Amino acid sequence: PLCCKPEKRGKVVCLPRLSRVAVCGGTHGNELSGVYLVRELLKAKDIVMEEEREEPASVLMVLANPRAMQQCRRYVDTDLNRCFTHATLNGPISDSAPYEMTRSRELNAMLGPKGSPGAVDLVCDLHNTTANMGLCLIAYSDCDWICLHIFKHLQRQMPDVPMRFIHFDVSSKESYSLDSVGKHGFAMEIGPQPHGVVRSNIYTAMKDGVQHMLDWVRLFNSGTIFEAGFVDVFTIVKNIDYPRDSETHNITATIHPQLQDRDFLLLHPDDALFQTFSGETLRYKGNEPLYPFFVNECAYYEKGIALSLARKRHVVVPAIRAQTEAERRRDQQGFASEEE
Amino acid sequence: MSSYSSSARFDEARRVAIFGGTHGNEMSGVTLVNLWVKNGSEIQRKMVDTKPFITNPRAVEKCTRYVDTDLNRAFTPENLSALGEGDLPYEVQRAQEINRIFGPKGSPEAYDVIFDLHNTTSNMGCTLILESSKDYFNLQMMNYIKKAIDPASCLVLLNEHPLLKYSTSRSVAKHPVGLEVGPQPQGVLRSNIFEAMRVILKHALDFIELFNEGVEFPTCTVEVFRVLERIDYPRDANGNIIAMVHPNLQDGDWEPLNPGDPMFLTFDGKTLHYQGSGTIYPTFINEAAYYEKQQAFVTTRRETLVASAIRKA
Repeated sequence: PLCCKPEKRGKVVCLPRLSRVAVCGGTHGNELSGVYLVRELLKAKDIVMEEEREEPASVLMVLANPRAMQQCRRYVDTDLNRCFTHATLNGPISDSAPYEMTRSRELNAMLGPKGSPGAVDLVCDLHNTTANMGLCLIAYSDCDWICLHIFKHLQRQMPDVPMRFIHFDVSSKESYSLDSVGKHGFAMEIGPQPHGVVRSNIYTAMKDGVQHMLDWVRLFNSGTIFEAGFVDVFTIVKNIDYPRDSETHNITATIHPQLQDRDFLLLHPDDALFQTFSGETLRYKGNEPLYPFFVNECAYYEKGIALSLARKRHVVVPAIRAQTEAERRRDQQGFASEEE
Repeated sequence: MSSYSSSARFDEARRVAIFGGTHGNEMSGVTLVNLWVKNGSEIQRKMVDTKPFITNPRAVEKCTRYVDTDLNRAFTPENLSALGEGDLPYEVQRAQEINRIFGPKGSPEAYDVIFDLHNTTSNMGCTLILESSKDYFNLQMMNYIKKAIDPASCLVLLNEHPLLKYSTSRSVAKHPVGLEVGPQPQGVLRSNIFEAMRVILKHALDFIELFNEGVEFPTCTVEVFRVLERIDYPRDANGNIIAMVHPNLQDGDWEPLNPGDPMFLTFDGKTLHYQGSGTIYPTFINEAAYYEKQQAFVTTRRETLVASAIRKA
């Protein structure tokens, strides 16, 4: 991808302005911090519109899965946040299609189309997890400098909030979540919070995170140079399922008390993983120490995931700034002459 | 020091049930009951017939609190006598079925004891729920459990409030015992919560076995928290919640809430304070299932109940 061209040290990467940003909540209807935050932002936006304030970037607030929100469930028919693959968005659709498949196409029309020049510049999709993960930005790329600089900015502005950058190594052809619809995108995942509950500390962290992200976008668009640096990126390696009964497929163990709530603390070979209902300890049999996350996330029982494991890497992030208007025109002309 | 004349006599508690999955997404009870249905040796006691039972299998299968209506509010006299069978809401049908097997509620044939296993997203720790301050058998059992797990704690919530009391699954039995352990998110199984519930039940069954063997339990006092009122979230004209439980109150179950203490935090950062006339003890703070029941928390007051000495009749 264009963002990953190797850059000379000290060079400032120029990227197009982010003129359209989407903040999405309620993609899972029971992840309430995002639901309440987007509702509040929609209310505030009404007030701002009345005052006729000019925003250099337009920010769209979207409640992604209203039907699931109404029932306070993760989804109605199928997980909306798996419905954004190119295949699902563009394939045939029947009248009896699951609600979320119809909805994903509506969202793609609103915020995309995915992969096209008309797509919004940045999607920030708000989520909560029952896992003790603090604040995480989850992205498909480990070299999208926009996302990485937003992360660095949040780290600087919110030093008391434990914060990590998670990289799902999935190609853009196979990317499946709402944040993949924008030219840039990430999920902002905050926990621990039970589904169906809003905890004020979690809500406040999400509200601050979104505010700082939007502040960064304004700074970026107004020409600020963001200095080079480093980010510790957690790249997913694999998932581990619960031990299950071979006949009923029901789980036969829980996350071990020594692992519960210890997301991002290194798991070594032979460390305790699960505790069976008869009290036996099952241990991690991998060869290398890895970082666990999404430990005991409620929604992942049905997806066969007890925890995910990641490797940590120190990623160099170059300095960046927004393209000037002149640079943007030169870019477009260059593109046009290539076509000729 | 025992006195035959002052001991309250109760029938042998031979028929005992353990209910799991009354709410299908409260996983400790679902898991324990499924375990015990498969292999019940852990819950067997001499002279006790212990039946583990999943009360709401359809909700358990969908990992949801209920399918049509809350089973743990469904055991009203109207529901239990309603006609219509297959047309009735699923949980009303279930309530009638459970009343047939473990009741009839209020009759001599009803089960002696039912333990109903629940989890909560509130930071309540281990809580035993009592429905009557005059049930000396239950009070003695709860006293026994509290002593057995000391220094770990297990508090007793008394819900005898004429309006706030509700028709629970366990109310079918002569001695209904609610067991609520938290905090645990719905749909999640945490090992520490699971083990805590298991230990409480072990002691409860031990008590029943001792009682059935003829042991006399001398008079005792039990500290309880009596439910006073339900406090809802602040809402706007359309009924939407406009504030969250304040960070000072969040996770503060069983700790005193004084007039003037922070109670809610609006989404735009304003603190709302508790306006009551005296100190209360809040519990069920920020329970997920209660958003739709218009309850942010309940207020309680501390009371000491006296249970007379008891022995088997």
